[in-house]
Amino acid sequence: MRSLLRKDLLILGRSRLLLALLVIYPIAIALLIGFAISRSPSKPRVAIVDETPPGQTVRVGSQRVSVSQYAQEIFKQVDAVPVGSREEAIEQIKSGQVLAAVVIPANIAARISSDVSQGNLEVLYNGDALEQSLVQSSLESALAQANLGFSEQIQQAAAKAIQSLLTGGNLGSLGAPADLIGLREIPASLTSIIARTPAGAERTELERINTFATFAAENLAVSRTVLSTISQPIHVTSRLLHGRRTPLNTFAVVVAVSISLMFVCVLQAAGGLALEREENTLSRLLRGLVSREGLLAEKGLLAAACSFVLAFAMLAGVGAFVTLDWSRVGLWVIALAFGALAFGALGVAIGALAREVRAATLLAFLLSLPLALLALVPAGAVSGAFLGVINVISFVFPFKACLQALDCAVNSAAPPLPGSLAHLAGLTILFGLLARAGLSRAE
Amino acid sequence: MSAVLRVQGLAKRYGELLALSDVSFDVSTGEMVAIVGPNGAGKTTLLSIIAGIQQPTSGEVSTGPGEVGWAPQQSALYSKLSVAENLELFARLERVQDPRAAVDRMLEQTGLRERERERVGRLSGGNRQRVNVALGLIADPPVLALDEPSASLDPGQRERLWEFIGRLAAGGTTVLFSTHNIGEVQRHAGRMLLLGDGRLLFDGIPASLPGAEPGGDLEQAVVAFLREHEAEGTG
Repeated sequence: MRSLLRKDLLILGRSRLLLALLVIYPIAIALLIGFAISRSPSKPRVAIVDETPPGQTVRVGSQRVSVSQYAQEIFKQVDAVPVGSREEAIEQIKSGQVLAAVVIPANIAARISSDVSQGNLEVLYNGDALEQSLVQSSLESALAQANLGFSEQIQQAAAKAIQSLLTGGNLGSLGAPADLIGLREIPASLTSIIARTPAGAERTELERINTFATFAAENLAVSRTVLSTISQPIHVTSRLLHGRRTPLNTFAVVVAVSISLMFVCVLQAAGGLALEREENTLSRLLRGLVSREGLLAEKGLLAAACSFVLAFAMLAGVGAFVTLDWSRVGLWVIALAFGALAFGALGVAIGALAREVRAATLLAFLLSLPLALLALVPAGAVSGAFLGVINVISFVFPFKACLQALDCAVNSAAPPLPGSLAHLAGLTILFGLLARAGLSRAE
Repeated sequence: MSAVLRVQGLAKRYGELLALSDVSFDVSTGEMVAIVGPNGAGKTTLLSIIAGIQQPTSGEVSTGPGEVGWAPQQSALYSKLSVAENLELFARLERVQDPRAAVDRMLEQTGLRERERERVGRLSGGNRQRVNVALGLIADPPVLALDEPSASLDPGQRERLWEFIGRLAAGGTTVLFSTHNIGEVQRHAGRMLLLGDGRLLFDGIPASLPGAEPGGDLEQAVVAFLREHEAEGTG
């Protein structure tokens, strides 16, 4: 086994392209992921064309809300790039300087104040289906936040107007009389007047007015609460049922490391075993010099060791950009080791079936890529039957179990680590047996 | 002379196909035995069973795999390793007591001393085949099995290879080789095993083949002999 291992390391060392790939790959991927996560804009870059005249306001009862405040709300939600015209915004979208543009038309205040129509915004964007989807979802979210902020300001203005009606005084609007009586004071004044008024038609009329004033004052008092309920009718409280919430950036790190671990390990193990057949040395080795089990173990362990070092280097490299909990490093090592062993076993199983390195590499690649994609399909994104198929495939191959083990080790995410490790150990044995059977069949 | 290799009642079946049927013979120390026959006659199957690459369906071979050196038709070498590294690797895998000494011995025997550091992938076909044979000899086995050793070589390379194999036999190594080249049988083999449809049809010195005349064309005699047997089989 030691001689074989030394021989494989010599061959690996002389395969300059492969060696360079093994060294450069983790560094490059770690840097790419690190920069992508740490430098990615948290807000979409959007051009804003504000065509509204300066100082334009929306009238709410006796109150006024400046339209520029709506633009300010949008500015808060996006990485805003103010531009002077619609044409300039289109140019910036086409050149890729901004993802999209929002045009606030000149008549927006008039439309909101008209009481019969809503204000309309124009959103401009470009790109392929993926970009369109990204821009649409980012902008919808940003505009919803801006609308909410603006409607809160309108709601506050409306509440202030109602308060003025209730308490009286100076309403502040142009042309309104000063020192008006408040609606709340009217019932008491009227009751006093009614007491001094003799019974008859006039008193009855005053009593009807008093009843209305009392009712109106009581209902307007609660309308302020109603207004705040309308502006945000449902408040959402989220609670995760198990485990702790995994931050998206550290989950992305776990996915990238798992994919790299899988590709390097499976390709190296499959290629290493297929190389023995391609060089015609397999039959020479297996005529009593090395046992089949020993040969499979050597190839699988070497690939697992190389990919483990690579994956750990990646994780440590990405750690320079993303905050990882280094106190859990022992768990990372365990999860990576179990994952590497399972991928090594899968690799030798593929290598045992293939007759040459190119076929083994192609087979390993064609198998690994869809496995990674399937394991990342969210549960609610596909039909129940298809999800069942995906779950079965993900269960019988090591990628998902490795992803879960590493996610738990790095992010303390569910499911618990022992279950995933046991799953990986089972798959290591299963693929080891398949490789053994494949090697016997091929010989 | 005592038999260094005894093959008895050997049969090999691949599903429905009977590749070898009741093949028996003995080989003595230092003999050069040629295994001849048309394609599909069972030559490679017989040699690979003797070398321990395959297990027979029935019958037995007296030697263990470690006692037979093996050189397959296509060289079985690591092209990214040097000549010396290939030899040392297999010396260690064969658990040779002093691997370095075994490597030196084989470099001397094969005349590859000057190329010991050269990667096998850069060697000529003839030199690759010499390394291929040297790997079969690294553990100094009493029997060497060679599957069509000169098939891909030019005449010069072929001649040098046979000189080398001849020296081995002269040194006491028993050599069994398969070939389609009847001229090589005439020149180098002391004995010929003729296989047809997995059966051993003839076992003796080449000149004693029925129909062969002294100084005559052995290839024609072999072809005629096989035709006759084929006709008997169908008749």
